[in-house]
Amino acid sequence: MEATNSQQTTAARAIDIESLQRGQKLDMANETTCLEVNNFNLFYGKKQALFDVNMKIAKHRVTAFIGPSGCGKSTLLRSFNRMNDLIDSVEISGEMLLEGQDLNKPSVNVADLRRQVGMVFQKPNPFPKSIYENVAYGLRLQGINDRSTLDKVVEKSLKGAALWDEVKDRLQESAMGLSGGQQQRLVIARAIAIEPEVLLLDEPASALDPLSTLKIEELIYELKEQYTIVIVTHNMQQAARVSDYTAFMYMGELIEFGATDELFTNPAKKQTEDYITGRYG
Amino acid sequence: MANQSISSWFKNGTPWVWLNAGAVSISLVMVVGLLGLIAVRGLSHFWPADIVAVDYTEPGRESIQLLGEFIDKETVSALRLKSAGVDLPEGQTSAQRFLLKIGNRDYFGLDFRWVVGPWMSEGSYPENVVAVERREWGHFYGYLSGVKEDGQVVASDGAAWDELQSRLERANGLVDQIKAIEKHEIGDINHGLESLRLEARELEMAGVNESALQHQEIAQSRQGWNEQYKVLQKALAGLYTALNRDQMMMTMSDGREVEIPLSKVVDAYRPNAMSTLDKLAFYFHEVWKFISGDPREANTEGGIFPAIFGTVMMVLIMAVLVTPFGVVAAVYLKEYATQGPMIRLIRIAVNNLAGVPSIVYGVFGLGFFVYFLGGNIDELFFAASLPSPTFGTPGLLWASLTLAILTVPVVIVATEEGLSRIPRNIREGSLALGATKAETLWRTVLPMAAPAMMTGLILAVARAAGEVAPLMMVGVVKLAPALAVDTIAPYLHLDRQFMHLGFHIYDVGFQSPNVEAARPLVYATALLLVMIIIVLNITAISIRNRLRENAKASEN
Repeated sequence: MEATNSQQTTAARAIDIESLQRGQKLDMANETTCLEVNNFNLFYGKKQALFDVNMKIAKHRVTAFIGPSGCGKSTLLRSFNRMNDLIDSVEISGEMLLEGQDLNKPSVNVADLRRQVGMVFQKPNPFPKSIYENVAYGLRLQGINDRSTLDKVVEKSLKGAALWDEVKDRLQESAMGLSGGQQQRLVIARAIAIEPEVLLLDEPASALDPLSTLKIEELIYELKEQYTIVIVTHNMQQAARVSDYTAFMYMGELIEFGATDELFTNPAKKQTEDYITGRYG
Repeated sequence: MANQSISSWFKNGTPWVWLNAGAVSISLVMVVGLLGLIAVRGLSHFWPADIVAVDYTEPGRESIQLLGEFIDKETVSALRLKSAGVDLPEGQTSAQRFLLKIGNRDYFGLDFRWVVGPWMSEGSYPENVVAVERREWGHFYGYLSGVKEDGQVVASDGAAWDELQSRLERANGLVDQIKAIEKHEIGDINHGLESLRLEARELEMAGVNESALQHQEIAQSRQGWNEQYKVLQKALAGLYTALNRDQMMMTMSDGREVEIPLSKVVDAYRPNAMSTLDKLAFYFHEVWKFISGDPREANTEGGIFPAIFGTVMMVLIMAVLVTPFGVVAAVYLKEYATQGPMIRLIRIAVNNLAGVPSIVYGVFGLGFFVYFLGGNIDELFFAASLPSPTFGTPGLLWASLTLAILTVPVVIVATEEGLSRIPRNIREGSLALGATKAETLWRTVLPMAAPAMMTGLILAVARAAGEVAPLMMVGVVKLAPALAVDTIAPYLHLDRQFMHLGFHIYDVGFQSPNVEAARPLVYATALLLVMIIIVLNITAISIRNRLRENAKASEN
């Protein structure tokens, strides 16, 4: 009984969000560019994973990357905050600009870049510390240890991640005791605590149950007021629900990029249409 | 049909379950048996056994009375007895033989004696037999006949026992006073004089004139120390006279009358007159003396406190040295070094180090630490006291360092293991928040790997505490004159030699002149060593569990 109820609410709210989105007509030409990718290629050793990708990501919008497994969408996402640096064999060519600055320049401090471009991973990965310390982690890294400042930021971030009401009485308890969905929102709170410009979400809801997924989606909708969000997802309904723009990738190439409504209702390319109608993938 | 059921019995795995359960129970039985044997043999030594009085008549000789404790008995064949010069009556093929501890080594020559059962009368247990624990020559058994003060009998027969108690207490109090003065006050004076000598030597080496002010100052303070010493010496002489005042008169089993000065007596007791409760109290008193006392009589008597202290100190210092070293090495190998053939080679080498015989480490420690490092330290910092070495001789620091090298592979392997178990997404989560690799390591990865490091440390401690062979080369001695920690600055003396339980077992068991007396001590010391290792391990394990609690669920 309860299960049916919650499913109905989920569906109802999803429609709600969609109808909100339908109200406006989005056009890339009217947007401010936040991230720009020009002729970007990426190699894992000899194997090429990204082919000549060109795209612009709009400021304070949600951009979704969709495509079958292994198409390079996560690789592209991880290039935005240079997470691929951790893999020795990776080589890149082409440009990737954040606010007009090439983020792969040798002069760029990777730690600073990652402070500007936050990231949330597929599996919730809270640190084995208290809830409070998880959120304060990024601030402590910057040398901010003042208790009252930390208190304020922790509260603000947890509220921002819609987690405050659930955890405000047990901030000093271990984060490992939270449920998967709460952990994922905690990780988002941790990421927004350092106020990045861009938030990269790598399949943030794929390990969660439907109700937690819904909460994350609602959260994304709220967060785009302040952050530029790029989300990788396997779930096309999710992409349709939460994103303003969608990029469809296939075999390391960007096949089609456009406003989500446009792309889902009227895809320009045959491959895109095949994918979103479920013919493969 | 039967064939089929056997094959199905094999198929469903029952035999393997039995095999595994059997292996586990055999291991358990072996461990319990080992501990049980050590415990029974070691702990029974402290029980005040009844003293038996028997008449012993060897054929063709006069009958004698023997006083002593039954230690052991065995059945011997007539043939063997014959070859030992004992003829049994016709028709008897075997006889029982008893090992009797008769004490009184200074009068009888031997304090253990085998007696043949058939020649022995029925034993009696006279209540007034007194066992005396002496500072020299082991136990004495006999009958108390009187107490003397300055050669004059002050109490005899019935009254003697009570008189003895109070006088013994006084004597032991005096002994404690003398010990305190000799150890602390005279120790301080010696230390003061020695540092003055070093100062003078330094001045001499610096070429300061003999008549210079500094030399005069030194001479002056030397005078001061010497005067203090004279005062103490006088006090000591007084105490010694007071101590030597009393004697106890004892009648031995063969009727001889002997005098034992109370200054040589640790304890006198009448086991045959003690109730079980008295014996129990006495037993724990004896165990405590064993744990807390200093050894006497070439380690075959007294306590083993210095050895316990030395073992624990060495293991603790080793742990303090090995943990940071092993962890840092493991972090480099796992986190920073480019994984390639070179690193693989290093890893194989590290693993093989764990298999090198420990005596080889002892040789290395002696050659490198003691002679090379220690020798150079002496030349640089302790030149004044040369040619007598300070660090250029085996000592606590070198022993701990040698064991640290011996156990570092264990810590490295365990830490690496722990580091590789930290999930990648935790590291990425930290990096994504703008942490550098070092910050990630320091704030997240290392705390999470702490339980694994503790596991390495536990294994290291277990191995180090049981190691004896290398220590004989780099710092352990049969009898250390002083503990490594005392009241003289710098309080912790890493250059001192020390005693160790493992070596103590070897020394008491194999180097002692009195095998029968030493045997129970070997077991008792072994039991104590095992217990100390267990205590050290339990401490480490409880720390690890607390760390684990913090890092829990991070691996799911």
